[in-house]
Amino acid sequence: MTDAATLEISGVVSGYGGVKALAGVSITAKAATITAVLGANGAGKTTLLRTISGFVRARQGRIVLDGVNLARRHPEDIARAGVAHVPEGQGVITELTVEENLRLGGLWRARGDRAASLADAYQRFPLLAERRRRPASTLSGGERQLLVIARALMARPRVLLLDEPSLGLAPLMVAQVMDLVGGLRNEGGLTVLLVEQNARSALAIADHGVVLNLGKVVASAEARALAADLALRRHYLGF
Amino acid sequence: MQEFLQFTLSGVSFGMIYAAIGLSLVLIWRGTRILNYAQGAMAMFTTYIAYTVIIHTGNYWEGFFTALAAGMVLGAVIERTVIRPVEAKPPLNAVIVTIGMLIFLEGLAGIIYGGQFKSFPPAFSITSLHAGSVPLGVSRNDVFTALSVLAAAIVLAVVFNYTPVGLRLRATAFNAAVARLLGIRVGRVLTLGWAIAGLVGALAGVLVTPSTFLYPNSMDQIFVLGFTAAVIGGLDSPAGAIVGGLILGVLLNYVGGYLGSDLVSLFGLGVLVLILMVRPSGLFSTRTTRQV
Repeated sequence: MTDAATLEISGVVSGYGGVKALAGVSITAKAATITAVLGANGAGKTTLLRTISGFVRARQGRIVLDGVNLARRHPEDIARAGVAHVPEGQGVITELTVEENLRLGGLWRARGDRAASLADAYQRFPLLAERRRRPASTLSGGERQLLVIARALMARPRVLLLDEPSLGLAPLMVAQVMDLVGGLRNEGGLTVLLVEQNARSALAIADHGVVLNLGKVVASAEARALAADLALRRHYLGF
Repeated sequence: MQEFLQFTLSGVSFGMIYAAIGLSLVLIWRGTRILNYAQGAMAMFTTYIAYTVIIHTGNYWEGFFTALAAGMVLGAVIERTVIRPVEAKPPLNAVIVTIGMLIFLEGLAGIIYGGQFKSFPPAFSITSLHAGSVPLGVSRNDVFTALSVLAAAIVLAVVFNYTPVGLRLRATAFNAAVARLLGIRVGRVLTLGWAIAGLVGALAGVLVTPSTFLYPNSMDQIFVLGFTAAVIGGLDSPAGAIVGGLILGVLLNYVGGYLGSDLVSLFGLGVLVLILMVRPSGLFSTRTTRQV
């Protein structure tokens, strides 16, 4: 798809008002790998993604993609630099059709690139092609999750930030979404930062895992090693 | 029967003007959730600009198109300068800012042009058309009025539904945060929305002013009726604003024709109050609740 890119987050401090949600977080998401970001509610996982995509301002630290520091840039510029953020709760615009949602993902790109991406999306997601003219509100939860991932891919991103993609999905659908994410890394060379409550299924596909607690990285290791660490699992991951 | 036909046809012509004001309010409401109380005053001001151009050049159309261009510029400038800072603030801030803008524009018009009534020329003849020997109650100019608002509405519908710019405008209206995540420059899109609304409002101004005279408050009543048209349509729906304007225009013309013209304003306000009490989400809105 594109050249693989490494996302390097170092010493990032950010938060809302007086609350420091991230207290100096450093994570390296290597090119063409999946990094699972785990932790309890309130650990700072979502804030981490929102800080990377520019919705929450990084007070300190650097977020470097391909040698370019993205920290403190506007969200729309960060998106154009190749970071696609799929927010929790999906963000399908239900008033628009499936195809309009998809088109939206690549609107800032050149016309020819947009058409090519749309054709790719329909090839990868035949289900969306079938429903292209329907309002997005008619899709099920799982179909919406596929739609927002497909929409993020319309921008031909280099880094994909996924926030709780399995939330509220049936087990079969969770497996399908995880398969898809794994495929994007393997075939597409996409660098993925995957935030999940569902640590078990996230670690199953991830290369690397990071555990956040109260805004700090408390563990960072190969996914297999994390999954095998019983004490850590009991303490932070609950499985 | 002949009276009824006349009242209906001229009601359609007036209704299209309310529809245009209503449409401009809907465009801004959808994009920014702000009710622009200055919309009428903006249209008044651009009509003064048209008046000045017509006086100097003697050419109606130069004035007409200057007003439309001025409406776009005025809309964009107001959004960038006074609306942008209150967009993320509580709704009351925006209400006060747009009311302030209304007072400012009417005051400024008074200072520049004076308070006296000026007559503003129509585009075409205002004598009634006839079908055989039966007067229809509408003039060539009324037909032009209705058709130009209709044309503007059709162009907007096509742009909104079938172009990338329209998709940006709709996406921003429905979910600005998601639009930003997808790389859309939401600030520019909002400015564009205000510019388009300014243009549609300016169109209403030059179309209605031949029948009201031009003075700093000349658009006040039209604004209230345009607002009523938008409320009938649910404030969220461009098509609803058009239909609302038509319903209101025809209804008020019956009231004025059969019951007396003194009752028109009262009846218009009555419709507004009734809709807000009985069906505040409008007749065409898909949403069930709304805070105003």
